[in-house]
Amino acid sequence: MERLRIAVHKFSSCDGCQLAFLNMGEALIELSEAVEIVHFPEAGYVDELAHVDIAFIEGSIVTAHDENRIASIRAVSNRLVTIGACATSGGIQALKNAAQSPDDWTGTIYATPSYIDTLRTSSAIADYVPVDFELWGCPITSQQIVTLVGALLRGVWPVDDTEKVCMSCKRAQYVCTLVTKGEPCLGPVTRAGCGALCPAFGRDCFGCFGPSDTCNAQGLANRFVGLGYQPERIARRFRLIHSTRTDWSVT
Amino acid sequence: MSKRRVDLSVPILARVEGEGALDLIIQDGNIETLRLRIYEPPRFFEKFLEGRHVSEVPDMVARICGICPVAYQVSAVNAFESLFSVEPDPWVQQMRRLLYCGEWIESHALHVHMLALPDFLGYASGIAMAKDYPDQVRRGLKLQSLGNEIMRLLGGRSVHPIGVKIGGFHRAPDRLSISKLLAKLEAALPEAEAMLAWLNQLPVTGPAQTFTSVALVYPEGAIEQGVLHSTQGHRLLAEQFTEHVEEFQSPYSTALWSHLDQQPYLVGPLARLNLIKQHGEGSDYLLDMLSRNPRFPSQTLFDSMLARGIEICFALHESIQILKRYCQPCSPSVAWKVVPGTGYGWSEAPRGLLWHQYEVDEQGHITFARIVPPTSQNQARIEQDLHESLLAFGLDQTDEALQKHCEQVIRNYDPCISCATHFLTLNIKRR
Repeated sequence: MERLRIAVHKFSSCDGCQLAFLNMGEALIELSEAVEIVHFPEAGYVDELAHVDIAFIEGSIVTAHDENRIASIRAVSNRLVTIGACATSGGIQALKNAAQSPDDWTGTIYATPSYIDTLRTSSAIADYVPVDFELWGCPITSQQIVTLVGALLRGVWPVDDTEKVCMSCKRAQYVCTLVTKGEPCLGPVTRAGCGALCPAFGRDCFGCFGPSDTCNAQGLANRFVGLGYQPERIARRFRLIHSTRTDWSVT
Repeated sequence: MSKRRVDLSVPILARVEGEGALDLIIQDGNIETLRLRIYEPPRFFEKFLEGRHVSEVPDMVARICGICPVAYQVSAVNAFESLFSVEPDPWVQQMRRLLYCGEWIESHALHVHMLALPDFLGYASGIAMAKDYPDQVRRGLKLQSLGNEIMRLLGGRSVHPIGVKIGGFHRAPDRLSISKLLAKLEAALPEAEAMLAWLNQLPVTGPAQTFTSVALVYPEGAIEQGVLHSTQGHRLLAEQFTEHVEEFQSPYSTALWSHLDQQPYLVGPLARLNLIKQHGEGSDYLLDMLSRNPRFPSQTLFDSMLARGIEICFALHESIQILKRYCQPCSPSVAWKVVPGTGYGWSEAPRGLLWHQYEVDEQGHITFARIVPPTSQNQARIEQDLHESLLAFGLDQTDEALQKHCEQVIRNYDPCISCATHFLTLNIKRR
């Protein structure tokens, strides 16, 4: 097998999805033998504009400089894969996009707002350049990386798993928090991938893996109304980590 | 000394968490400009927390930092519980400490082996170092994995764990998981101690510097709670923090700077161990380890790596003790009711003190949030250190040597620039 050349780039984020690599433990050494890491600053590899087979992108676009950087990275990358909520949908920091006047926010946090240079929005990578594959999750798991790289090493395009959290939850036989406790669980409309962690802990899913395919968010929101939740609470529920996604817009 | 003029721009400083830059201008053999520049654009967490219910905060603030999410969760629940006069029961306190120990082990083992050690042993990365030090790097990664495993026990995953809530935890772990993990940790403690012995004999030295250490102090060793002490004699509660710590903005950094009574100060592992040594308060295991190590208390910043090594052993030992005493609780959390007002909370993140303040209304919604992360607090100290270190190192060294030395000094603080609000680009100019 030919060694794939990979790069890991960071934009606006918490660095948590890069940990899907750095938290692999001893498997990280094995991965570094199977692929050639060309650029991954946190791990000590710096060659930002070298040509690579796969560029993994963490983080969202929040400055004019980011816009230029992602275009340059796209130009030298055969395949571009987003890792995590920030890169795939703008992330939790995209909550500022809906604010009445996020420009004023700078003034309330910083004494001299003019020193701070940001765009009005936090946006997904796909809003700026073509994306070949998206790994959802806040955070993504090491398993997602291993599965993707494993498939590509064998020359196979990975399958996009769009199953819902409910499916993995039922298979694991966790007690349904929506049915048994009346909690506003987002499992019916959220992508699987976390292993139904929150239901396993007896709590309702808050949707950190983002919208699943063909999800009926409005139907679920209506159910929450039936359970007695106030509209603001329901709106906040859907508008947290993937607030830019219109398939989760509910009224 | 030569009066050469050199303009040097190195695009990215590696092995730090986040993005920043360092500008260095040397004029006629003097440092004219030295700026640690954190240019990660702000993510405005403090603003979009407004309007959210207090119960949503632990999951939200976790996302400030992928490397120390537990620190954010614990400082936040500490703030709310103090405001709501909720006393978490001993089980909750022990489990919070255990979860936090996991984060210390994970974060410290990552920093020591993948980020810092390559500097001291002359490699570009931990992975490159693994070719010559395979056993040591594998041992480090194994310890990091164990830290993650502790976090998974109580939080389901190590990045943005989902177990913590105000009043306690969503779920108590089962006995089988406890006994399996305990066996693994007991087997790993001798390995961690061997790692510490190895770190202890590495030829890591540097000049002593004058600085104030700031850390929480707690009888068993401060992690998830404590009272703030400084080597200047400060003794503060969380609500008194802003009486002595002032945040200010510089034109070149998106992270706010902090001074303690108008002076830079140090937070983090070295500061913690210095204060434990000064006060003699900590677990017997920790005090015993420190009494056998003549390097502490230390004013030598490069001893921070050894301090992390000691804290890995301490956190591992502490985790074992907690797991040995484990009893299944009646409930994994205590009930609470919203009390409006202002809550203050803090804890010792792997890289130092993390302080939170929240204003909460009658319905339990956040009306104001303020968060002071460790890297902002260390920012002024790092610049001061760079000044002193560069003068001691010699400004007539080559650009390459100067850059390497600056990077090493900065990385030694384990700066978490993602937290502070992120990569270092180093620009050296000589005129």
